[in-house]
Amino acid sequence: MIFEYAPAPESREVVDIRPSYGLFINGEFVDGSGTPFKTVNPASEETLAEVAAATEADVDRAVQAARKAFGVWSALPGSERAKYLFRIARIIQERARELAVLESLDNGKPIKESRDVDLPLVAAHFFYYAGWADKLQYAGYGTTPLGVAGQVIPWNFPLLMLAWKIAPALACGNTVVLKPAETTPLTALLFAEICQQADLPPGVVNIVTGAGDTGAAVVGHPDVDKVAFTGSTEVGRLIAKSVAGTNKKVTLELGGKAANIVFDDAAIDQAVEGIVTGIFFNQGHVCCAGSRLLVQESVAEELLSSLKRRLSTLRLGDPLDKNTDIGAINSAAQLAKIRELSEAGEAEGADRWSPACPLPDKGFWFPPTVFTGVSQSHRIAREEIFGPVLSVLTFRTPAEAVEKANNTPYGLSAGVWTEKASRMLWMANRLRAGVVWSNTFNKFDPTSPFGGYKESGYGREGGRHGLEAYLKEIS
Amino acid sequence: MSIPTASSNASLRASLHGLPGVDRVGADARAAGLGTRSIKTTAKRQAIDMAISMVDLTTLEGADTRGKVRAMCAKAVHPDPTDPTVPKVAAVCVYPDLVAEARDVVGSSGVKVASVATAFPSGRSSLEVKVADTAMAVAAGADEIDMVIDRGAFLSGDYLKVFEEIQAVKEACGEAHLKVILETGELATYDNVRRASWLAMMAGGDFIKTSTGKVQPAATLPVTLVMLEAVRDFRDREGRMVGVKPAGGIRTTKDAIKMLVLVNETAGPDWLDPDWFRLGASSVLNDLLMQRQKLTTGRYAGPDYFTLD
Repeated sequence: MIFEYAPAPESREVVDIRPSYGLFINGEFVDGSGTPFKTVNPASEETLAEVAAATEADVDRAVQAARKAFGVWSALPGSERAKYLFRIARIIQERARELAVLESLDNGKPIKESRDVDLPLVAAHFFYYAGWADKLQYAGYGTTPLGVAGQVIPWNFPLLMLAWKIAPALACGNTVVLKPAETTPLTALLFAEICQQADLPPGVVNIVTGAGDTGAAVVGHPDVDKVAFTGSTEVGRLIAKSVAGTNKKVTLELGGKAANIVFDDAAIDQAVEGIVTGIFFNQGHVCCAGSRLLVQESVAEELLSSLKRRLSTLRLGDPLDKNTDIGAINSAAQLAKIRELSEAGEAEGADRWSPACPLPDKGFWFPPTVFTGVSQSHRIAREEIFGPVLSVLTFRTPAEAVEKANNTPYGLSAGVWTEKASRMLWMANRLRAGVVWSNTFNKFDPTSPFGGYKESGYGREGGRHGLEAYLKEIS
Repeated sequence: MSIPTASSNASLRASLHGLPGVDRVGADARAAGLGTRSIKTTAKRQAIDMAISMVDLTTLEGADTRGKVRAMCAKAVHPDPTDPTVPKVAAVCVYPDLVAEARDVVGSSGVKVASVATAFPSGRSSLEVKVADTAMAVAAGADEIDMVIDRGAFLSGDYLKVFEEIQAVKEACGEAHLKVILETGELATYDNVRRASWLAMMAGGDFIKTSTGKVQPAATLPVTLVMLEAVRDFRDREGRMVGVKPAGGIRTTKDAIKMLVLVNETAGPDWLDPDWFRLGASSVLNDLLMQRQKLTTGRYAGPDYFTLD
C-alpha cells in the first residue's frame, strides 16, 4: 500500500523577520556605511530582509566598542560572566523554535536538523562554557584573556558556528566582533537581540554583517588580538598570510575530504545510516562530511545496493516541512560549484547515480548523488565539493584503507565501521584526522575538541582544549 | 545464504553468526529518527484506517471467559457501531480453548481467528505437548497460530532444537499461518533478535512476532526495525516474503503510526498490508477510533463514546 505523507510544515509565524537589519555595535543596532545587501531564502529565492554592510570604519567602531567593553568584562569574576552565559543559553532554549525556523529559512537546511541538531547544540555550547568561566584555573591554560577576538564564520551552521566562537571567548573574558556569512546573517542578528535581552554589557558582543571585505577588515584590524575563522582553506590561507608577523593568535577550521571507512565485518544497516548522515546531513555542507566512502571490496556490492535503496527513501523539498531530509543548497554560487565538480566527476569516468528525485522549480537544489568507480586521482576524490555528493572508492586491506584515507591534503575527520574493537583502535591510531568517529559519524558535543590536521586548519574548538585559543599562554 | 538443511547446530550457527551485526546505538538512533516523522491530516487518516485493519485484537488472560471473548470478537467485526466506514480488524487472538467461541462470533466476516499455542507464553513443555496444543487450536478453527520459541534453547546455542520445533509446529498448522514469537525482551541483544528472526524464517514461519505481551520490554521501535530489516533481506536472498507483528506495549495512535512509518521506510510499501504486517494490541483500538473521530468531527469525544469490551 502506498503511504503518502501529507505536508507537515512548521509555521513561520513564530519568527518576526524585520524588513531591514543594522549592525550590532556597542549593544545597539546602528546603520552601516556600506551598501546594504539582501539575504534570500535559498528554497524559494524570496528576499527575506535587507542587511547593512559594514565598512572598515564600521568595523573600527565595533572593535573600539569591544576594546572598551573588554576592561569591564574581563574584570568581572568568572562566576559573574557565567551568569550571563547561562542566561543566554536559557534564552536560546526558550526561543529555540524561533531560531530554528529562522535558521532553516535563511540557510535552507531541513527544520528537523535545525530543531533537533543545531539548536540543542547551540544551547549546550553556551551551557558548557558557562560552566568553565569560574573554573579556568583548573583548565591548565592560565586565566588571562587575550582581549578583542575577531571572528569570521561560515554559512553552513550559522548559529552553531557563532556559539563555537562566542561561548569560549566570553567565558575566558574576551570580547568579540563577529562577522556572520553574507548569505546567512539573520540568526546572528537575532542572537544580538538575545544579548540585549540578557542584559549583556554593551560592546561585549558586536555583530558586523557584510561580505569578504568586511571579514578582511575584522581580521586585519590592528587592535584585534585574536582571529578565529571557520571556512574554506583558500580564505584560511589568506588570513594566515595577513596575520603573519603580528601578535594575533589564530585558529583556523578549514575544509575537509573525510574518509568514511566500512569494513566487511561492519554492522551494515547502521553503516548505511552512517554514510547517509556522513554526507547527506545538512546537504553535505559540512566541513567534516564523510565525502569519500572507502568500502572493503568484498562487501562493496552489497553495501552499495543497500545504500541506494536507503537513498531512495530520502525526502527532498521544503526545508520547513518536518518530514524533509534534504533541504536546499545555500546559494546559487555553491550550487554552481557542486555542479561543476559533479560534471568533472562524470567527465573523468566515474559513474554517477541519484535516486528518482523531483527538484522544486524555484530555489537552489541538488539531488543526493553517488559516484562509484572513483579513483584517488579523480578531482571528486580530492577536492572538497561541500554538497550532497558521495565518492565511493574500494580497498582490500586495513593498511590500504589507512593509506587511501590519509592520502589527502586535508585531515579534519574520519569514520570507521567495524564490529571488531582491535581493528577500530588500530585504525584510529593511524588515521591523520582531528576526529575519528567509531561506528558513527557527524556526532558533535561541546565537551569534545574539534579541529584538523594539515590543510584542515589549526587549533581546537570545543571541550577544555577550546579554552586555550582564548587565553594568554602561561610563560 | 541458502536455506540449510539444518543438519546440525554447527551449520545453523555458521549461517546465523555470519549475518551482519547490529550496532545498538545506531539502530536506536535510526528508530528514534523515524519516530519523529510528522503524520498529519490526510496521511493521518490513511494511517489510522490502515492501523485498524492491521490490529490483532487480543485477550490472553487467565481470567478470559466465553463472554469476554464473544464481546471482543463482536468489536473486532464492528469496531465502531456508529460508523460503518471503520474497517474491521485483521484478527482476534485468543487462547486455544476459546478458539471455537471466537470462530462462532467472527463467522465469515473476514476477521481471522488467531490462537497462541505451544505452551504460551513460556514455551516450557515437550515438543509433543506443543504440537498437540497447536493441533487442538487448528482443529477448533484457528486460521493462524502464534507459537513461542524456546528461548532457553536459543540462548544456550541449541539452534537446531528451536529450528526443529518451528518446523514441527508448522507441519501441525496445516493450512493455518504460523507466527513465530521471538520474545525479544528475553533475547536481550539486537544481534540475537536478528538471528532468531532468520532462524524462524528459515524454519518456515509465515510471520515473525516480537513478543508475548507478558515480558517487558515488548514491541519497541528498534526491535521492530531490526525485524523489518530481517524480512526485507530474507526476501532479497530467498525470494519469500515473511510478515512482521510487533505485539505488546502499542497503546496509542502515535505508537501505531510510528510502526507504520517504520514499515514504510524499512521493509517498504509491500509490507503495508494486513497480510504482511499486524499490530498485536488491545487498548490501541479505542485510541485509534477516538483519533479517527476527531479527524472527522474536529472534536474529541469522551471515553464513554467508545465501547469497552
